[in-house]
Amino acid sequence: MTIALKLLNINKSYADVSALSDINLEINDGEFFSLLGPSGSGKTTCLKVIAGFELPDTGQIELFGKDVSSIPPFKRDVNTVFQDYALFPHMNVKDNVAYSLKIKKIPKNQQEELVNEILSTVKLLGYELRKPSELSGGQRQRVALARSLINKPKVLLLDEPLGALDLKLREQMQIELKNLQRQFQITFVYVTHDQQEAMSMSDRIAIFNEGKIEQIDTPKNIYNKPKSAFVADFIGTTSIISKNDAMRYFNYSSAFSLRPEFVNINLENKYDFKVDAEISDIQYQGSYYKILFIKEGMIITAFYYPNSNSNLNLELGSKHSLSWSANSITDLNE
Amino acid sequence: MNNFFDNCSNYLFKNKHILLLLFLLPPLLWLGIIYLGSLIVFLFHSFFYLDGFTGKIVYKISLNTITELFSSPANIDILIRTVVLAASVSIGAAFIGFPIAYYMAKFTSPKMKIFFYLAIMLPLWSSYLVRVYSWKLILAKEGIINWVFSKLHATWILDSILSIPMIGGPSLSISYIGMFLVFTYIWLPFMILPIQASLERVPNSLINASYDLGASKRQTFYKVILPLALPGIAAGSIFTFSLTLGDYIIPYIIGTSKFFIGQAVYTHQGTAGNIPLAAAFSLVPIAVMTVYIYVAKKFGAFNAL
Repeated sequence: MTIALKLLNINKSYADVSALSDINLEINDGEFFSLLGPSGSGKTTCLKVIAGFELPDTGQIELFGKDVSSIPPFKRDVNTVFQDYALFPHMNVKDNVAYSLKIKKIPKNQQEELVNEILSTVKLLGYELRKPSELSGGQRQRVALARSLINKPKVLLLDEPLGALDLKLREQMQIELKNLQRQFQITFVYVTHDQQEAMSMSDRIAIFNEGKIEQIDTPKNIYNKPKSAFVADFIGTTSIISKNDAMRYFNYSSAFSLRPEFVNINLENKYDFKVDAEISDIQYQGSYYKILFIKEGMIITAFYYPNSNSNLNLELGSKHSLSWSANSITDLNE
Repeated sequence: MNNFFDNCSNYLFKNKHILLLLFLLPPLLWLGIIYLGSLIVFLFHSFFYLDGFTGKIVYKISLNTITELFSSPANIDILIRTVVLAASVSIGAAFIGFPIAYYMAKFTSPKMKIFFYLAIMLPLWSSYLVRVYSWKLILAKEGIINWVFSKLHATWILDSILSIPMIGGPSLSISYIGMFLVFTYIWLPFMILPIQASLERVPNSLINASYDLGASKRQTFYKVILPLALPGIAAGSIFTFSLTLGDYIIPYIIGTSKFFIGQAVYTHQGTAGNIPLAAAFSLVPIAVMTVYIYVAKKFGAFNAL
């Protein structure tokens, strides 16, 4: 497999604050790769370093084996979809999309053809003469995509491209983005703080925290085998049981993370981990309840799916017995 | 009594347009009667004319004065001289002002920006006359510029510049070059601030997007930054252009003996008592500005607004 993009020991700091420390990444050709982390974790800085808008203090960036560390952004074979779309407000849709073709001095009739082709891909035919200010958020997003894709870049960088859209539109665009990526067979480097988005779209995810990469893995492994308490906590809902509590209640020698869907409520049987706890909070989620149980400071989250033949006492403070099997937990080193 | 005020306030809360009218009436009256009204009355005088024999104003509508304005070559000279100078000053100020505005908008820290604002505004706090007179000293034959050139044994450069026909003269302080310099200096803040404001509104991501799509710095400047700064440049040039068109102090202090529109208006309505001709002269800057704004709009200067 070809490696599209390689980051080697990238360090970057602003004033005294380290934004990226010792970042190493290898992204395969054609991969949908997400940089996921809370805001301020360095994921956007990482993207800017790849695009060339920021130069790293140390380290090397390779695009298809070629060192591009000191090449300006306009000479790098990557394109970016910006968070605010960055459409040129004084140009109409067509001129925005054809911008890079004009720069490359591609003949007019060929430009026309390429613009029509890409606009039909993003379903914006008929909008050529509109200004960005006359488009909806979703349409602007498509223009931004078309403008970057018309170059047929080998690597497309996307900086929280769906962040400004509402939920329904976002879900729809997620599917379209994934389809575009398959269709064009482009490597996508996708920055997001939305774990659901990263999980559902990516081939692999890099989890950023405070300028460092905590874990690089497939969504499935990141969810099921988080390498650190941060990852376990950041991805999905989880209960983190400290080493002390683990020793005290379960005679288990390591801290661990426990996903709420593995916690059984009032199911007395052979499970290895058992504890009695009180309900401290209930959040109704539609098809299920998210219940917080407390046992002297230890908090365990569980999901409860009500059905016709179950009746759980959902009063705050009521006591229930929780149990789960040993192979549903992930050990953490604290 | 309290009840009365309560009722009043409730009434005004419900009828917001009446409240708005009450607030707007004084400034509207001021603007309408005192400012626009008197301006219109004055300009309307250009349709009257001066009786050549008695020297009194004849209050009859005619185009005599306006024909007089455009039929005299001396008057045409004044108009052309003023418009050309105002245009050169605007262009000069745009060229000097743009880099300063760009640096302010894109490269300064917030603290540096305050320093720049102060540095640009500070001259406006001191008297206009003081600044013009100090320029006269700077530009004079005994002034610092001459002194520097003579110390560098480069007086010949200055002399050759001053010997250029039309714009040269006996010294910088009595030449069109000198007037251009002083006008450009005096109106520069009015050019820098609008350009800076328009550049401030260009997000860096637009500039990055242009680089990202393969445009070099030069291409990005011409295709993205300049078009988006154009409304600012247009606004700034409207200031510099109209202020230069109407000024009569700088031509009086720095200039040659040749008249500019401002001086013509000043002498005609003052010493000569020819208010109709003064009014006709004042029509010209208004007409020129109207045409200028119209042309700027046609060329898309305000498209990026």
